[in-house]
Amino acid sequence: MSEEKPIIVLENVCKYFGNFKALTDVNLTVQKGARIVVCGPSGSGKSTMIRCINRLEEHDSGRIIVAGNELTDAVKNIDAVRREVGMVFQSFNLFPHLKVVDNLTLALKLVRKVGKPEAREIATRYLERVHIPDQADKYPSQLSGGQQQRVAIARALCMNPEVMLFDEPTSALDPEMISEVLDVMTELAEEGMTMICVTHEMGFARSVADQIAFMDAGEIVEIAPPSEFFQNPRSERTKLFLSQILSH
Amino acid sequence: MIFEFGLIFGSIPKMLTGLGLTLQLLLLSSFIGLVLAVITLLMRISGRWFLVAPAVVYIYIFRGTPILVQIFVIYYGLPQFEFIREGVFWPFLREPFWCCILALSLNAGAYVSEILRGGVLGVDKGAQEAASALGISKTQSFIYITTPIAIRLSLPAYSNDIISMTKATALASTVTLLDMTGVARTIVAQTFAPYEIFISAAIIYMVIAWMVQKGFGMLERRMSRYIKATR
Repeated sequence: MSEEKPIIVLENVCKYFGNFKALTDVNLTVQKGARIVVCGPSGSGKSTMIRCINRLEEHDSGRIIVAGNELTDAVKNIDAVRREVGMVFQSFNLFPHLKVVDNLTLALKLVRKVGKPEAREIATRYLERVHIPDQADKYPSQLSGGQQQRVAIARALCMNPEVMLFDEPTSALDPEMISEVLDVMTELAEEGMTMICVTHEMGFARSVADQIAFMDAGEIVEIAPPSEFFQNPRSERTKLFLSQILSH
Repeated sequence: MIFEFGLIFGSIPKMLTGLGLTLQLLLLSSFIGLVLAVITLLMRISGRWFLVAPAVVYIYIFRGTPILVQIFVIYYGLPQFEFIREGVFWPFLREPFWCCILALSLNAGAYVSEILRGGVLGVDKGAQEAASALGISKTQSFIYITTPIAIRLSLPAYSNDIISMTKATALASTVTLLDMTGVARTIVAQTFAPYEIFISAAIIYMVIAWMVQKGFGMLERRMSRYIKATR
């Protein structure tokens, strides 16, 4: 039953930054368990779109409904959506002044009102899941980029979200650290997590995504399963983009 | 002229009789100033014009005028008004000590609120976005994320301000108070040895400034533990 009801719906979403139209009539339906990769040239609105989904950006028109809550100015709805949606950022955005474990437990304590020992237990469980339980008592600055991003993933997972949003999670990483983050994301996908991932990692897109959305100039130009997307792109813009990123 | 080194060190013990008052002025007005600074900061960043405007005016006035002038206005100027002399604050405002505390505190409040604002603005937006995304409220985010980071960012400038305050307390001597500078002036009047006596006062001020600097240095290192690891 619930599989028929999409967990995220975007209907004709438009978003302006001043006079610049960042999103133009974006429509997207995400079923529970779906793994959607969003790609496209920089400035095409990929990040803006997923940031609208948890209200880090406000859309100007259209509707966004997440797990049955429509995003409006109502703080209650925004809170409800953020409870269901975890987010991972390009630049990790860990709390620099808190130890790794406290990065994970802060929201548990403040938002979920979980007691300290239980919060610590949950944190440890998720640190194990991203393969860095031994880093719990370090500060973020003492970790490598790949480890920091895995902490960020664990921090989001602690809140037990229905959906995970990834905003170019590997773009700020040194090449040798990309795979450790993608591995964790792949494991998540295998466990059935619903995810929307903005990324340029086409290998990851090919193996993990069940839909790839291509955005350009604020629009979703094309959305298709990976095999179709890579072999038979319909739009000229998609073809051009693919030729540019796959040429070397 | 004859320069007597003996007098420099010989007068230090007498000078120390003013040290208590100097420290009282410093500690009390730093504390009140800090409270004022936090209130002013919150008004300044509230985004509401009726809170922002008075904060901006207050900061502008107290940063734009010399402390000495502020002390004179409060000590000599306010008693001109009938309603001040009959008001509830008169028992305080007629005391030069409290006039100095008032002037120094208001001054510190204006400066320190700008220092703290710099700290708040310096906090990385990313961490705050991450907090929002986790469902942490704006207020909680300000308390648990912005504040601790902003405090550390503000410390160097804040310690600088406390050192300035240490020296500004010397102005209390202009309104009859016997703080260290006041004591020094009294001794000079008796001994006619301005060089030695003021140098001896200067030495004590330097020792206080040194201790403030060291203290804040330690605090800063403690609060920066989380950064040291990287570089």
